Amino acid sequence: MLSDRPSLNVPSANADIPLAELAAGAFARVVSVSTDDAAPADLGRRLAELGFLPGEAVRIVARGLMARAPIAVRIGTGTFALRLFEAACIRVCPEQSLAS
Amino acid sequence: MDATLSAPSPLIALVGNPNCGKTALFNILTGSRQKVANYAGVTVERKEGSLLTPSGLKIRILDLPGAYSLDPLTPDEQVTADVLLGRRASETPPDLIVCVTDATNLRQNLRLALSLKRLRLPMVVALNMSDIARRKGIIIDAGRLSAELGVPVVATVGVKAAGVQSLIKMLDSIVIPDRGSQPVPWQPLGRADIEHDQAEVRRILGVVGGDRLDGITFSDRLDAVVLHPLLGPVILAVILFLVFQAVFAWAQAPMDEIKLGVAAFGNWLGAALPPSLLKDLVVNGVLAGVGSVLVFLPQIIILFFFILVLEDSGYLPRAAFLLDRIMGSVGLSGRAFIPLLSSFACAIPGIMATRTIQNPRDRLATIMIAPLMTCSARLPVYALIIGAFIPRRLVWGGLELQGVVLFGLYLMGVASAMAVAFVLKRTGRSGRLQALMLELPAYHWPNLRNLAIGLWQRVEIFMSRVGTIILALMVILWALSSFPAPPPGATGPAIQYSIAGHLGAWLAVLFKPIGFNWQIAIALVPGLAAREVAVGALGTVYALSATGNDVSGALTPLIAQSWSLPTALSLLAWYVFAPQCLSTLATVKRETNSWRYPILMAAYLFAMAYGGSWITFRIATALS
Repeated sequence: MLSDRPSLNVPSANADIPLAELAAGAFARVVSVSTDDAAPADLGRRLAELGFLPGEAVRIVARGLMARAPIAVRIGTGTFALRLFEAACIRVCPEQSLAS
Repeated sequence: MDATLSAPSPLIALVGNPNCGKTALFNILTGSRQKVANYAGVTVERKEGSLLTPSGLKIRILDLPGAYSLDPLTPDEQVTADVLLGRRASETPPDLIVCVTDATNLRQNLRLALSLKRLRLPMVVALNMSDIARRKGIIIDAGRLSAELGVPVVATVGVKAAGVQSLIKMLDSIVIPDRGSQPVPWQPLGRADIEHDQAEVRRILGVVGGDRLDGITFSDRLDAVVLHPLLGPVILAVILFLVFQAVFAWAQAPMDEIKLGVAAFGNWLGAALPPSLLKDLVVNGVLAGVGSVLVFLPQIIILFFFILVLEDSGYLPRAAFLLDRIMGSVGLSGRAFIPLLSSFACAIPGIMATRTIQNPRDRLATIMIAPLMTCSARLPVYALIIGAFIPRRLVWGGLELQGVVLFGLYLMGVASAMAVAFVLKRTGRSGRLQALMLELPAYHWPNLRNLAIGLWQRVEIFMSRVGTIILALMVILWALSSFPAPPPGATGPAIQYSIAGHLGAWLAVLFKPIGFNWQIAIALVPGLAAREVAVGALGTVYALSATGNDVSGALTPLIAQSWSLPTALSLLAWYVFAPQCLSTLATVKRETNSWRYPILMAAYLFAMAYGGSWITFRIATALS
């Protein structure tokens, strides 16, 4: 069901949160991706190359047992497993639905 | 037409993201007309095949490694970028690019297509897995997409012969330009470029129809169980248990057949040839030696069958996901799971599989601990010693003691691997965090054709190794064990007077503190080629006439009375670490392109083996 309606833009009132804090199953959109000095070089670029780009739809598919890591993240139409420090680079904004 | 007949066949390259079904497409386009080799200087697999179009045009097809971008992070991606950009001296740049995309995941895949467009090489886009996309209700207007991208677009189904006819027809109809098309020099893409491309992808998808973001897919429902924090590990354990069960149970019959076949052939040859040095070389050197390695072929086939099924279905990256935390605690990535699993059959394919690990330090750590996974070559040695020294009785309410000991030896290997990885992590120079970023592709049924082709390629690689490196090592070791010949009137076994015998006598001094007698020390020398050869060598030392694995039956009572229990346990401990496998060290040398790591590996394994045996021997001696 491809909706052509413009998204409702309800969520702009919501504050953005780190991806790792998103509830499993909840929808969100990427707001920003930023890496600090402790992160491996190229981490930010590779995350972008995998599709973690502002405006893209994300959802937590699953979490690991220990310390709830790693996390499996749906980004756009793909799914990637991320460690917590990788997910920490990504800030998202929760949304009601993801009709694009 | 004359031009196409005389000109060399055009070369097209398949390029795409990992998991886009590119290799399946390659398999169906080229069938069995494939050559698998390595790119010069690196251990990335190079797959080339050929296709004869209906109009009689022969096309060479290169299956480039999957890449997320042309700015590489892994050796695989480096090769793809280098070949496309003409930076590889040994490779001609392709005359045409077929950009393979997963039609269900265009949001990610089209970005690579946009990157490739920047090269301004002739290009076709294949909308692969179009059948799955249709079933998911994703309708893509290929004509519009072609207009938007400015390159031809065809829908394909990479697992059905009928699904690639459209692509073949297109390759037949368009004029593939003569070589000479050079790519535009590549400018690395920054974040802004990637965001720009993504905006373009979104715009295009809006026009051509494209993806659904809000659906809960079949894979999601399966993942809810498979990746469940509690159920997931249980399912993984059951799968691993079944795989190991199969590797050891199913392989037994064909392994026995191979043993019998080699022995029968050896006997026939032994009877047919007149006694001579040549006969000794052929029967005792080549045949016995190669036969003892060949015997692992059934296990390798069964293990790779399961690995390929798990890989093709999409389960393997999930297993890596489930294990990432525990592997991460000792500084490994979840990705290390696949190479380490392969290492239980043999460390060589395991070490070769580490190239999917993008972080060089991670990869190195995985390579260094791969030999600690108990490879099947150690089984004959374990079987011999356990059979001779561990009583057959039930313990702890129904468990077979011999089985428990065997399981304990496997566990010791895993535990020591974790310990070594932990030490490597601690001593590593940089404390940077290791990335995972592992794609979990949608599940699908494994394709029989891909399975068969993949399995055949593993068998070919293994057989060619048996025929080259291992054969050469066997001949060398045979020579070491045969020359010089015993002096006239000698009473001991012939090997005692050979170079290997002298080496063994010298080593016996070194090994005395860990309880090895000179017979064991001598047997360890030919065991350098392949660990299980030590069993045959013990047979030779104890002057048994049988060759190969037949000896173990006769050997069991012999060693049971001539070795002490501490010696036997010490040898078991030795084989948990068993540094002596020249083929593994040769593979490490090739994979790391340096002598440093194989030497380091041999040294640390030797130290652990010696230390482990020493402690075992001392404790066992004190207790007995």
